[in-house]
Amino acid sequence: MNVSQSDRRGPFTHAPNSVRQTMLLVVLALVPATVFNGWLFGWPAIFLFALTVGACLAVEAGCLKLQGKPVIATLNDGSALLTGWLLAMSLPPWAPWWIAALGAVFAICLTKHLYGGLGQNVFNPAMVARVALLVSFPVVMTAFVPPHPLFTSGAPGFLESLRITFAGGFNLDTMSAASALGFIKTELSRGIPVSQSMTQAPSFLNMVSGFHTGSFGETSAWLILPGGLYLLWRRVISWHIPVALMGTLFAAGTLFHAIAPDRFISGPYHLISGATMLGAFFIATDYVTSPVSKSGQLVFGVGCGLLTWIIRTFAGYPEGMAFAILLMNAMAPLIDHHFRPRTFGRTRKGEPLPLKPLAGRRSL
Amino acid sequence: MKIFPVAGGVHLDYRKELTRDLEIVVMPLPRMLCVPLHQHVGTPAEPVVVSGQPVKKGQLLAAAGPGAVSAPIHSPTSGHIVDIVNYLAPHPSGLTQKTILLRTDGKDQWGELPAPIADPFTATPREIAARVASAGIVGLGGAAFPSALKLNLRTGHTLDMLLLNGAECEPYLTCDDRVMQECAAEVVNGARIMAHALSTSCIKLAIEENKPQAIKIMTEAGKPFGIQVIGVPVRYPMGSAHHLVKAVTGRETPAHGRTASVGVLVHNVGTARAVDHAIRLGRPLISRVITVSGGAMNRGVNIDVPLGTLVSDLVAFCGGFKNGTMPYRIISGGPMMGHMLPGLDVPVVKGTCGILALTAEETNEQPAGPCIRCGACVTACPSGLLPLSMAAYIIHEDMAGAAREGVEDCISCGSCSYICPSHIPLMHYFEYANGRLRALDRERRKHEKIKTLTEARQARLERIAAARREPRHTVTPSAVMVTPPATPPATPPTGEIKASA
Repeated sequence: MNVSQSDRRGPFTHAPNSVRQTMLLVVLALVPATVFNGWLFGWPAIFLFALTVGACLAVEAGCLKLQGKPVIATLNDGSALLTGWLLAMSLPPWAPWWIAALGAVFAICLTKHLYGGLGQNVFNPAMVARVALLVSFPVVMTAFVPPHPLFTSGAPGFLESLRITFAGGFNLDTMSAASALGFIKTELSRGIPVSQSMTQAPSFLNMVSGFHTGSFGETSAWLILPGGLYLLWRRVISWHIPVALMGTLFAAGTLFHAIAPDRFISGPYHLISGATMLGAFFIATDYVTSPVSKSGQLVFGVGCGLLTWIIRTFAGYPEGMAFAILLMNAMAPLIDHHFRPRTFGRTRKGEPLPLKPLAGRRSL
Repeated sequence: MKIFPVAGGVHLDYRKELTRDLEIVVMPLPRMLCVPLHQHVGTPAEPVVVSGQPVKKGQLLAAAGPGAVSAPIHSPTSGHIVDIVNYLAPHPSGLTQKTILLRTDGKDQWGELPAPIADPFTATPREIAARVASAGIVGLGGAAFPSALKLNLRTGHTLDMLLLNGAECEPYLTCDDRVMQECAAEVVNGARIMAHALSTSCIKLAIEENKPQAIKIMTEAGKPFGIQVIGVPVRYPMGSAHHLVKAVTGRETPAHGRTASVGVLVHNVGTARAVDHAIRLGRPLISRVITVSGGAMNRGVNIDVPLGTLVSDLVAFCGGFKNGTMPYRIISGGPMMGHMLPGLDVPVVKGTCGILALTAEETNEQPAGPCIRCGACVTACPSGLLPLSMAAYIIHEDMAGAAREGVEDCISCGSCSYICPSHIPLMHYFEYANGRLRALDRERRKHEKIKTLTEARQARLERIAAARREPRHTVTPSAVMVTPPATPPATPPTGEIKASA
């Protein structure tokens, strides 16, 4: 009698899903914005993107090899690909090669594998890498360029692009420009009111379409938003974090803009500038570093939105999404502890539900 | 009809189309039946027959065992008893249990049956419950809890509704669906009898909306008797009694409680039919309708099987396995909550609702990966637990931690395991944890018992010693009584010991 088979408990059926499928769906949702911005910022951006993704995969492979874990099988789960992709999208488009390499080490090795690998990291790897690079190399990491669409005059050629990425970079003084949020912040520090500087910042339409200065993958809200909606539709993410995050940012922006338009940026402008869309749909929703319960996710989203607004408005940095998400990442375990679903048959405190005598019941 | 929201649950691939439209067939009598004595929750039945004895169909083979919870076993057909041996149980452990081997004679002759209860609606609830108990009826939804005990819950609880469970939320299984379609009158009659035994007039029948035929037929059949048929949303585990009651009535059963504590008794539709047979025909529970299905089975069926039929005979009747090879998994019950069988030579018992032969593609088993904290298990859990954090405790063998997280509130529905993108066997962990917790609890209680017994013995020895010292060292008896100041009646124990000594 063969009894060796019976060591497994059910279920003996499984949803047709996998980690790999989830990661690839997220990547798929990022493709339109990536392709568009690759065109928008030209060859240097494409090189940087390829370098970042490649470096992340290489570092992942190296870390796995050192730990004696299966390399190919783990690379196949798509998580390093996604981390690299998101990191690339958050970098200035013409950043040099070593930013990509260093970012990959920060993201994959220091943030993910030192904490125990996939699922064990406290902080979002891409955001840690971005913030670590920003703090360590502030000049390079804020050297944004205005769009130079491929095959247009002014766009760097292939060889020149190679030089920009691998040797020496580009002339900061003549080429670089400030991002919209950075510009407004600088103007404000010079005493020029927000209401005035906003008229000189990129127009609302340019902000939405992506024709403005910013990080490689963040500028085109009109392509990131459908990607996010696609993830919602495929149920890869739920609405709780994006809606809470953008709702809070919008509400805080609108409220304070109404009170003092000279000091505060308006709500809609907050939504379409910087990394709001990318952060709300793709980074704050990172499974590993966000709370698991729906109520916890709402708290997390509100926290991210509020911190982003506070940092953008009062802190030294023009953009606060990455910092806000990292701070809330640190809060996620605490949120998980306090915001959990109510257990069936129990009160919120965990006691069995009290028995209520029902009206109209006879006693037998 | 308002359906109340129930949190959690998953949408499954139901695969009921394999057998949904197949009428119930009757299993031809196999040559040998292996009738286990423990087919129900509670103590095993005790045999009242001996080797070589001829038996008739419906004759008592084993009486209900000691204790409040047990059920008798009857002969599924006529023949003679070959032996009573330890035989492989239909349980994944591969352990054996006492089993009556019955050689069938093919005549299928009924023995003497108890007289039908002519008008059950004038019989007392006690009579009906007694008949249900003596017919060996247990919950046929899979739990196999003796039904008479549930009918007796009328004392001690205020019940205002009998809820028939026709949800059949497990994939593949269609036996309840077919029973409702083909035996609607019997189900209705059984339900009315049970409601009468519970002294309630409110009967509702909940059916998942993916069974429109059954809903239609049962609505017709139940209409003259005021039985309300409710289509409930198709979402696993809708058939869980607690969740079904919540969906239909909005009442939430407290933790550790029964649905009776919120006034509702839940019975499976197959059980209602068995009750009808016991009362109207005097027939005990000796066969049941099950579904044989799965991608590896040559032919799926809904089949009325004598209890004790070997799965191997059943498989042979269904034309064997596809390609003639053993399927990837053989499951008793549904794929979500069912369990693996240790082989094919195990009998069908009262709690078997299906036999599934599944291919590797159907089970979609994959090696477990790391948890990515996606929270799908949290959303899916119908008990509102955090499966991922319970699993984190259990992996580190921290049972107290898992208990704090509420692992004992897990209903083992398997929704979390089903939905986990990393294929982590969460339900496996929770069953393990609950087993460990039960063992730890038994150990703790044992220790406590030993401790109290030791302390009692110590106290007794001291009292005896004191009593022996008493005549020598005390001048007056009152001096001893004065020493423990707060316990004036110190005399009775000493008196007792003296008396017993």
